[in-house]
Amino acid sequence: MAASPHTLSSRLLTGWGGGCIWYLERRATRESPRRFLHLLRNVNQQWVTFQHFNFLRRMYVTQLNRSLKQQIKPKPEPAESPFLEKTSLDETKTEICEMRPLVPPSLSLSRKPSEKALMELEPTSVIEGSRALGKETKEEKQWKEMKLRADDLPGILARLSKIKLTALVVSTTSAGFALAPVPFDWSCFLLTFVGTGLASCAANSINQFFEVPFDSNMNRTKNRPLVRGQISPLLAVSFATCCAVPGVALLTWGVNPLTGALGLFNIFLYTCCYTPLKRVSIANTWVGAVVGAIPPVMGWTAATGSLDAGACLLGGILYSWQFPHFNALSWGLREDYSRGGYCMMSVTHPALCRRVALRHCLALLAMCAAAPALDVTTWTFPVIALPINLYISYLGFRFYRDADRKSSRKLFFCSLWHLPLLLLLMLTCKRRAREEGVEAPQS
Amino acid sequence: MAARRSAGRPVVAALCRAFSGRGCQLAPERGAERRDAAPGRVSRFCPPRKSRHDWIGPPDKYSNLRPIHFYIPENESPLEQKLRELRQETQEWNQQFWADQNLTFHKEKEEFVCSRLKAKGLDLRTESGQKATLSAEEMADFYKEFLSKNFQKHMYYNRDWYKRNFAITFFMGKVALERIWNKLRPKQKKTSN
Repeated sequence: MAASPHTLSSRLLTGWGGGCIWYLERRATRESPRRFLHLLRNVNQQWVTFQHFNFLRRMYVTQLNRSLKQQIKPKPEPAESPFLEKTSLDETKTEICEMRPLVPPSLSLSRKPSEKALMELEPTSVIEGSRALGKETKEEKQWKEMKLRADDLPGILARLSKIKLTALVVSTTSAGFALAPVPFDWSCFLLTFVGTGLASCAANSINQFFEVPFDSNMNRTKNRPLVRGQISPLLAVSFATCCAVPGVALLTWGVNPLTGALGLFNIFLYTCCYTPLKRVSIANTWVGAVVGAIPPVMGWTAATGSLDAGACLLGGILYSWQFPHFNALSWGLREDYSRGGYCMMSVTHPALCRRVALRHCLALLAMCAAAPALDVTTWTFPVIALPINLYISYLGFRFYRDADRKSSRKLFFCSLWHLPLLLLLMLTCKRRAREEGVEAPQS
Repeated sequence: MAARRSAGRPVVAALCRAFSGRGCQLAPERGAERRDAAPGRVSRFCPPRKSRHDWIGPPDKYSNLRPIHFYIPENESPLEQKLRELRQETQEWNQQFWADQNLTFHKEKEEFVCSRLKAKGLDLRTESGQKATLSAEEMADFYKEFLSKNFQKHMYYNRDWYKRNFAITFFMGKVALERIWNKLRPKQKKTSN
């Protein structure tokens, strides 16, 4: 969904690189094949890679690292070579051959070059060599040192812990805390907030730790820190432990043991059940929905200390919301899921996927109507929430009927604003304590 | 999975043999300062002389995995060597699996598209010369079939990947502790003297 900035920048880079290579090719074609091309010295040159330095008898290539400018120098007389003699021509030829793109590695091994073939190739391969070497230099520039810098660390850890998702999780917990029918306690709230945030960071880090090769193969996840090698697996696990231990401890001893237990259970459910189950069975979606439902329940139990009907209702609302959200998202990722080996309803049981999404949109309607019955909100709430609930149900129905990318995207984007708005409306219509006898919604 | 691994090893070994003479040995004057692990695949990348870290490259065209060029320190301990070899081997194993997986997927997808288009009586190319594609709903049949066909293979891969991932992380932990211990030990000797 957020792929456009990346594709734009990569297109610009490709365009710039392509432009430089085109320039070099034009220079090569203008000059006679027997002339030497000039090496353009780059003031930023830090070191020079001598690819065939010791091997060439006919041709050598000099590359500048950090520069797209190259020298290709056909050697006119063998006697005057200032460089060491090549031991065999074979390696040169195979390298030139391998520069041709779109050949699987196993095929390129079988080529056996000959001197004569090399001579014939010379005029054309000069240009092809320059093009291929341009690609190669560009490829070399993409190699990064795996050195962790202190100022990069916060950004890397934020991405490792899926900070945006963590923020959403913590906001649902806060909503659960605020909706609980007890006086609002700031210290308890802050402890719950921090504890849940840490637990969520830990769970997300372990999830990324488990899924490195799968994430590499999916467009949505290929820029994660472990995939890019910005952080080592050991550091990721250590970070997760350093978040999980204080987080759960804070919840258990700072808030109450029930909330701590729920937090620990949720980490376990997400990392040890949901993550491996994604590759085994479509049941992972239901497990994942429970994972999403627990945080607001934790908020409620943090405030009240007990698991009562209101907590279950709030959990139920979040549980039902997960289905239109995730099923709509997964509809557009079917190819990636199939190739990566993920068992998702959208791939294996498409009709079920859409049916479940619609079913849970309607369940949301029902649960919002039950909220005042359970004393969570006033009766105004289901009334004012009706428009948005009807709208998401309508989009769920469209998705069920049309089963196309357009309807899935609409449903997904609707779910993104539907939930925060719903929680806000719930908060606005929160049932005040009985003694006050207030029925009207708070402004 | 055992059969796959034993089949994969000769290929990997052959690749190593074929390319161990190239790559970083092309500049022997750098050999003294930095030894590099022989890359198991075609990679002409050589890290700078002074670098004492691993280097990670762009995603591979076939496997989408990023190859790592492992740094070998002069005073590499047996444990560090074991870790590096495990990581190298896992990298090659992963590369093999995913390259094969992706190539198979694309090949079977092309075959499916061709066969469906033929069944519908359509050309493989549209009037504008573009490749004809099927709708997402038609492709869904292929995705479902591919997933169920490869289920067992994925199960074996998952199991092995989890084992290797845990092993690598465990050894990384051991190596880190060993390094910390080595750093502390000279200080202990000094304080005792």
